[in-house]
Amino acid sequence: MTTNHEPILELRNVSTHYGPIQVLRNVDVELYQGEIICLLGGNASGKTTTLKTILGYVVPSDGEVRLDGEKVSGLSTKELVVRGISMVPENRRLFKRMTVRENLNMGSYLRTDKDGIAEDLEGVFKLFPRAKERLNQRAGTLSGGEQQMVAVGRALMARPKVLLMDEPSMGLAPILVAQNFEIIQQINEAGVTVFMVEQNANMALSIADRGYVLQTGQIVLSDTAEGLLANPAMKKAYLGELD
Amino acid sequence: MTTATVGKKRASRLNFTNLFRWVVGSVAVVVIFYGSIKSVASGRLSWAQWRDLMVFGVAQGSVYALIAMGYTMVYGVLRFINFAHGEVFMSGAMIGYFVADALNRAGIWNEQPVVSLLIVLLVSMTTATSIAVILERVAYRPLRGAPRLIPLITSIGASFTLQYLFRGLFGAGTKAYPPMAAIQGKWIIFGIPILKSQVIVIGSAIVVMAGLYLFVEKTKTGRSMRAVAEDPETAALMGINVDGTIVKVFAVGGAMAGVAGALWTLVFPTVNFFSGFLPGIKAFTAAVLGGIGNIFGAMLGGVSLGMFESVGPSLVLGGYEVPAFNQLKDVVAFSALVLVLIFRPTGILGERLAQERG
Ligand SMILES: Nc1ncnc2c1ncn2[C@@H]1O[C@H](COP(=O)(O)OP(=O)(O)OP(=O)(O)O)[C@@H](O)[C@H]1O
Ligand SMILES: [Mg+2]
Repeated sequence: MTTNHEPILELRNVSTHYGPIQVLRNVDVELYQGEIICLLGGNASGKTTTLKTILGYVVPSDGEVRLDGEKVSGLSTKELVVRGISMVPENRRLFKRMTVRENLNMGSYLRTDKDGIAEDLEGVFKLFPRAKERLNQRAGTLSGGEQQMVAVGRALMARPKVLLMDEPSMGLAPILVAQNFEIIQQINEAGVTVFMVEQNANMALSIADRGYVLQTGQIVLSDTAEGLLANPAMKKAYLGELD
Repeated sequence: MTTATVGKKRASRLNFTNLFRWVVGSVAVVVIFYGSIKSVASGRLSWAQWRDLMVFGVAQGSVYALIAMGYTMVYGVLRFINFAHGEVFMSGAMIGYFVADALNRAGIWNEQPVVSLLIVLLVSMTTATSIAVILERVAYRPLRGAPRLIPLITSIGASFTLQYLFRGLFGAGTKAYPPMAAIQGKWIIFGIPILKSQVIVIGSAIVVMAGLYLFVEKTKTGRSMRAVAEDPETAALMGINVDGTIVKVFAVGGAMAGVAGALWTLVFPTVNFFSGFLPGIKAFTAAVLGGIGNIFGAMLGGVSLGMFESVGPSLVLGGYEVPAFNQLKDVVAFSALVLVLIFRPTGILGERLAQERG
């Protein structure tokens, strides 16, 4: 492992509140360049909040988020997207009344490098030929699997260094789940560091390098993927039914 | 309560609603149809007079449509009705008056009519845009995240504030725009003689609304407005500055109201501090009629409403020999609203916006 390098993205002792309610408690997470990291945890444990805190959508009340060794918590989401973080939100959240093309354009909204955008669009088409066929279709009329492709494509159009994915396999048919994880691996092989939230712990850990387990806002476990898969406590809590 | 009784209750209420709709619908159709036939058959108005009423309706309706853009676009991004929007419209017409008056006294008004009208238009747009943007900043932004009723009530307060601010600044008297010789009389368009002022109003409204449509559909800023309207959280996660986009929506809505203010005075060349009230309510009606949140709907709703209230009194009420039916156009306009809402609560082109976004 590349622990001697500096992490590309780091949460240091991060706490996040919604009003008076504390959701994250002293969360420490490190992502190194090129890794796939999985964040596991039950419902309402704070997984989505962790991602929103990284993207600056919510501001941590304590601790800091660091990107490339520089403190970025407190910056606007806009600034963070420009610096190379983008997200596939929970439930995909496409703009349903816009076309596929417009959705993809939303991903590259903040970019001005026309050539780079065109290049990335080709990259997305290579990854998802279906998206190209349906460019002028309203996103709301796409199938669930197609919506997932466009949501990933939209996030890639920001040309992220770090891609955040919130439950990318939620609601997909089993065959699509497998495809989805393959795509994530391909994206990762192209050099993108991936931080994904998953309920589908077995599948997620099978492609991940390391994982963290969040419980009521606290990291209670962090290990390599193999370590987590073999961990008896994990087996009972998250992997049990799937084995 | 058991599920069975709940089910029963629901079913019977539904039947009552349907019965009610059916009765109201049949009565309305019969009343409108019978009245129309009688008044057309009576020959009280010649074909040319009907035609003039329709053209007038389209002219007035296109002004409603322009004002309605502000209601509908702001509703799109914030899900509330900015009841001070009528005053935004009035502010443009009011400040436009002082410029028109000055131009007239300088002898430019009738010497250079095109330039003068363009100056008034520009001033009206600038004023209305500024007022709309200030309103957003001062009255609405601090309430972001508050329950929807709160900005709604605030907007009613803002409406009164602006009215009495203008009354305090410029007096309660009605100000008359100087007459412009160049826009008196008629032009023959496709063989139909139409008042010049109405041609200018309809033509400008078409150009401006086509521009707005292209702006919203084809430009990056327009796309960000649609994104914020559909899903502000996801738009923010894409790095869009949601507050900045909302300001732009208010600015565009204000500019449209400014155009409307300038055009309105070509047809009704007077303005006072209360002039925004009725056109504002009518434009709001038009926006609801067309389907609030929908730009095309607001255009359609505006022109339809203008037509209803221009042709409706003579056509429907005239058939029943209702006394002074010409003064009942507001009755017709709001009855049209009630009827549309009974049969299509979402308006003509409306989608279930409120349900789509929780
Ligand atoms: N905007 C908000 N305001 C107040 N509380 C919130 C808000 N968003 C989330 N919460 C609360 O924070 C807690 C964590 O929510 P979060 O969405 O991060 O959980 P999660 O782990 O992603 O859950 P899930 O698996 O259901 O997606 C929950 O108790 C939730 O109710
Ligand atoms: Mg979540």
